[in-house]
Amino acid sequence: MLLRVAQLTLMGVLAGGIYGLTAMGLSLIFGVMKVINFAHGQLMVIGMFLTYWILMTFGVDPIFSFLIAALIVFSLGYFFQALLINRIIGFPVASQVLVLIGLGLIIENVLLLVFGPDHRSVNTSLSLKTFWVAGLMVDVARLATFVLAMAIAVSLFLFVKKTDAGRALRAAADNRLGARLAGINVNRVQNICFGMGAATAAAAGAFLTALMPINPHMGHTFTMTAFIIVILGGMGNMKGALVGGIILGVAEALSTLYLLPSLKQIVSFAILIGIMLWRPQGLFGEKS
Amino acid sequence: MRKTLLLLIILAILLAIPLVASSYVLGIFIMVFFFALIGQGWNILCGYTGHISLGHSLFVGIGAYISTCLYLSFGLTPWIGMILGGSGAFLVGILMGYLGFRFGIRGIYFVLLTIAFAEISRLIALHMQFLGSFSGLFLDFQPSFYNMQFRSNVPYYYVILGLCIFSIVIVKALERSKMGLYFIAIRESEEAAWSLGVNIFRYKVYAVGISAFVTALGGTFYANYLFHLHPNGIMGVGLSIELILCPLIGGPGTAFGPLIGSFILTPLAEISRAYFSKGGLEGLHLAIYGFLTILVVLFLPKGVSFYLQRLVEGFLPGNSSV
Repeated sequence: MLLRVAQLTLMGVLAGGIYGLTAMGLSLIFGVMKVINFAHGQLMVIGMFLTYWILMTFGVDPIFSFLIAALIVFSLGYFFQALLINRIIGFPVASQVLVLIGLGLIIENVLLLVFGPDHRSVNTSLSLKTFWVAGLMVDVARLATFVLAMAIAVSLFLFVKKTDAGRALRAAADNRLGARLAGINVNRVQNICFGMGAATAAAAGAFLTALMPINPHMGHTFTMTAFIIVILGGMGNMKGALVGGIILGVAEALSTLYLLPSLKQIVSFAILIGIMLWRPQGLFGEKS
Repeated sequence: MRKTLLLLIILAILLAIPLVASSYVLGIFIMVFFFALIGQGWNILCGYTGHISLGHSLFVGIGAYISTCLYLSFGLTPWIGMILGGSGAFLVGILMGYLGFRFGIRGIYFVLLTIAFAEISRLIALHMQFLGSFSGLFLDFQPSFYNMQFRSNVPYYYVILGLCIFSIVIVKALERSKMGLYFIAIRESEEAAWSLGVNIFRYKVYAVGISAFVTALGGTFYANYLFHLHPNGIMGVGLSIELILCPLIGGPGTAFGPLIGSFILTPLAEISRAYFSKGGLEGLHLAIYGFLTILVVLFLPKGVSFYLQRLVEGFLPGNSSV
């Protein structure tokens, strides 16, 4: 029993790292623009299908091609922000939500038109390779993607904290008018920010391509998971998003001890309701 | 006066449509009124109090499942089941509103709370043997007035038209009541309403309950029109999104907005669904939905009915009252 709990916890941590990466992107976008990206999961699915397409066409493994997918989705995100989302900043929450849901619907159904409704799964060089540590089975593909996800998360964090562009980002998040007065091109900063948030989602999607079958309708689920994590960790808090992702991954994995796997999402939604009712600022957020 | 006349003419036309329309066209009209009805339910909460729900399919599902289960287990007529389904949804709505507003949840957090409630219910419904679990619940076709099942589309047309008019009457009555004014005050500024002595907590909870009741009526109709209930279809996020587009495009916070929006959107969706799915383009109508939503928010933020009203008033000189 103890071994099983340890095994599930390990799997939960590895899955949670990727969840956390997606949520970080969402958190970054919320932190700067105060816009909830309801198309986040769909951007992630774009990353999945790009990775799939690259693997099928050029035979490049997801652990390399995630960079290309992230780059393409970065440009898409930059473009969405410049064309659309910069216009709706300051709109009522309802309007913002609707615009992003609309964007998500477009992405989902364009993918459906291009790739069809079938589930697709891939075999990569790392698929099904495992090793054993202290009686625990470690899936190599999951471990590799977890390490990469952590590397991206850390570099994103350093980028925001240490570079000039990151400082501009934080300035725009703190006070848009002030940032503009200090000579920062806030719209451009926001374009980059949305692009980066989208790119982290796409990278996470690329990693998941190696781990699970993909189809164009997966977006909603990932959007919800990312929201739950962001609320768990505190809105706009990137460290919180990462830790929240791992907590949620472990909680979902452990829930399979008692629940059917198809019911594991109930655990996340229960966590969401619980955290909103008792600690709406999140585990790591400060009380406003 | 002239406005009443105009409404009567429109009503007469709607009543006469089954005399001329084919069964297929009637089917499209039925979907128009169905989406207008559940959109109206959403509108009561979101258009009037400004609290956005993205989990309203939950109430459609409750209405559908309560009336259907009572019918299948006890042979209770769906006409009474509809009211019981609405009452069940009312109670769930009150519970959801109580929990959410008790803890001061608003804005985006409320949106997520509604999604969470709907998704948890969907997942539970999906795992209940009693509700047919993964294959869904099937109704036997036994046409009779008592069973609310009919051979032709004509009776369905009048049932859903009646329900839709009923929902508009409720909203009109609400608009003229004190409660409706409180709702609007809450939408415009909760703090201001509160400082003037409006019990905002109570009225927000009422709004969720009434909204849930109206939406659930549509659920019962849906069950008896389509004969198959599946949690993913009837309680899914997809339906929640689809049902808010009509009031949004028509004009949220207006009594006729959902109907006008549905007249624009639903035929478009039905025709493009039928047209594109033949050529393997089944997702295209949803992409068009998404595109329209964005255009409406950007360029017609008050909804079509606002501009339509100005147009109509231009044709009816000397009557500028709303």
